[in-house]
Amino acid sequence: MARGAQSLGRIRAPGLALALAIAGFLGAAVWAVAAKAAGRPGHLSAADWSALRFTILQAALSAALSVGLAIPVARALARRRFAGRGVLITLLGAPFILPVIVAVLGLIAVFGRSGLLNELLALAHLPQVSIYGLAGVVLGHLFLNLPLGIRLILQGWQAIPSERVRLAVELEGSRWRLLEWPMLQSVLPGALLAVFLICLTSFTVALTLGGGPKATTLELAIYQAVRFDFDLAKAAQLALLQLALGAAFSAVAYRSGAALGMGSGLDRRGISVAPTGRLPALADSLWIMLAAAFLLLPLVMVVADGIGGLADLPSGIGMAALRSVAVALAAAALSVALALALALGGGPLATLAGSLPLATSALVVGTGVFLMLHGLTNPTRAALPVTAALNALVGLPFVFRGISSAVEEIEANYGRLAASLGLFGRARLRLLILPRLRRPLGFAAGLAAAMSVGDLGVILLFSGGDQETLPLMMYRLMGAYRMDAAAGVALVLVMVSLALFWLFDRGGRTNADA
Amino acid sequence: MLTLEKLRIEQGDFRLTADWSVPEGSITAIVGPSGGGKSTLLSVIGGYFAATAGRIIWQAADIGALPPGRRPVSTLFQDNNLFPHLTVAQNVGLALRPDLRLTEEEKTQVEAALAEVGLAGFGARKPGTLSGGQASRAALARVLLQSRPIILLDEPFSALGPALRREMLGLVAEKLWGRTVLMVTHDPSDAREIAQRLVMIDSGVASVPVPIVEAFDQPSPALAGYLGQK
Repeated sequence: MARGAQSLGRIRAPGLALALAIAGFLGAAVWAVAAKAAGRPGHLSAADWSALRFTILQAALSAALSVGLAIPVARALARRRFAGRGVLITLLGAPFILPVIVAVLGLIAVFGRSGLLNELLALAHLPQVSIYGLAGVVLGHLFLNLPLGIRLILQGWQAIPSERVRLAVELEGSRWRLLEWPMLQSVLPGALLAVFLICLTSFTVALTLGGGPKATTLELAIYQAVRFDFDLAKAAQLALLQLALGAAFSAVAYRSGAALGMGSGLDRRGISVAPTGRLPALADSLWIMLAAAFLLLPLVMVVADGIGGLADLPSGIGMAALRSVAVALAAAALSVALALALALGGGPLATLAGSLPLATSALVVGTGVFLMLHGLTNPTRAALPVTAALNALVGLPFVFRGISSAVEEIEANYGRLAASLGLFGRARLRLLILPRLRRPLGFAAGLAAAMSVGDLGVILLFSGGDQETLPLMMYRLMGAYRMDAAAGVALVLVMVSLALFWLFDRGGRTNADA
Repeated sequence: MLTLEKLRIEQGDFRLTADWSVPEGSITAIVGPSGGGKSTLLSVIGGYFAATAGRIIWQAADIGALPPGRRPVSTLFQDNNLFPHLTVAQNVGLALRPDLRLTEEEKTQVEAALAEVGLAGFGARKPGTLSGGQASRAALARVLLQSRPIILLDEPFSALGPALRREMLGLVAEKLWGRTVLMVTHDPSDAREIAQRLVMIDSGVASVPVPIVEAFDQPSPALAGYLGQK
């Protein structure tokens, strides 16, 4: 007789097969990269080393700033109650569905050459600031990851039981030493690692705000090697370097169980014993206002400029939107199907396969796919299907995490009842899993679709002239300094992204029984 | 007869042994301190947790290797006895067909089972709209329809108030007459109310069932300690 807990009829087979398929696909891509790189003798050039250094430097700075500045903001949000607090916390989830290129456009409108900040500085006869280079890349990453940092740390603050806060207050002990510092010690490493990993593979920010010999990341160098130098062996060599970097830090994150997620948006009602006194209250308000202004102003500019730019929309916008939506829907369907199959089976192999794409990056796997297709056909022909597939893969870790924890909860609560009723296979899926999974499935599909619709990396690597998606169209317009038209496309892109997320998320909520 | 033959259960530091039988059609109460393994013992009999050694024999057949759905066993768990997203009738109907493609005749059977527990006309409602007592009755209707000879009650009524719990136990004794029932309980008076035998779980051993009157009149040292009698 087998010993220990029983599996109770979970649907394992498809998940196991897909876990192997995912590993196989990633393995093949890496193999193609490695084989190509091996064919290129010679060492890394000075430029390559500089790209490696810049990649690590910008990721480290971005992580330190995003998390460091998130601490006072999260603390203020945790202990103050004010009108609009809930909305603000919800908005902190927005960067996940905000296309990066749109965020960049908003940042340029505020911090760019003729942006709000420089106009103010000019009025005050102060020297101008530049948004390009290291500072710009870090600024972009700060904008995109500060919200994640705040949410992750806020979760830690909210997890401190109110009884303990009361106890600390009664004992007149130092709340910092007794409660907050120990909490931060457990939360900060994971948050730092999460932001660092994201910035390690962030392509769009480096593409638009970085560049040049001093501010090129490995991913940007890969893209340039493929598309400008047509030096595939060089691209492969760089991809291998990026892979090693990503894999090493992912392994650290995986072993330390670092938080991969979006943090909590839970507005939990507990007592919040804020320190009395005018100075802390003033400091808290200041932090909240600064963070809100920093995060909201670029978005306001996107909308304001976008409305003005709608008149300048290029003629191809309709087709580009259709292509974007089609790619996003395909990516979402694939990502959710993979995640569902993996989650149904559960177990360490599924978890590993579901997180494996994190260790790679879209550009690295994209290079591998490019190399594999290169001998067979013109890779640009497959731009859209490849974009959908790679977006699905890149989104998989996020989608898998949400679905997997929901499936585990269903199995924990109802697995025994289902087993006793002989509810297996398709009937289990139809009568138990899918009805109870509607909300997380809807949310995950919305997230995957929104992440895919904003992708610029893969499509740029593969695109020919006639396969424009909305982000690509935006990027080309920005490159041609047609900023009005780009702003119009940005607004359309945001609307499409929001609509996709909203429709899926909404669909999951309707008629979902508690 | 239901026999637990040299059954040994291990999970980390936890150990529990049982080596006894109960006759067909009897009701046996299982008492003991929390963490002692009352629920775990039921999990093993129900097939949700595998024993390390020993056999579970029902009418001369070893059922210890069968999956839960194939065992002659129905369980009422502490909670989650109904799927909240299915109607009451669908929940009860699962007893007849796990894929819920019920014939007209089977639907009539479901209605009859609901009527039998006093829930006639409740079929179209979702469990969320039922009171605690009504939800317990719906789960009982499903167990009735499952027609399996062994019934395990893992404190399914513990969230109900005393009067309602007494009422449900009465209903169980009445409707499940003739089936072999093992019930976990915290309340000795529940045991007295409907059980004929009592098993005390203490120090890693599920004791041999003792007739209920004898158990309370001349309690073993373990039971006396549990009940607080010196």
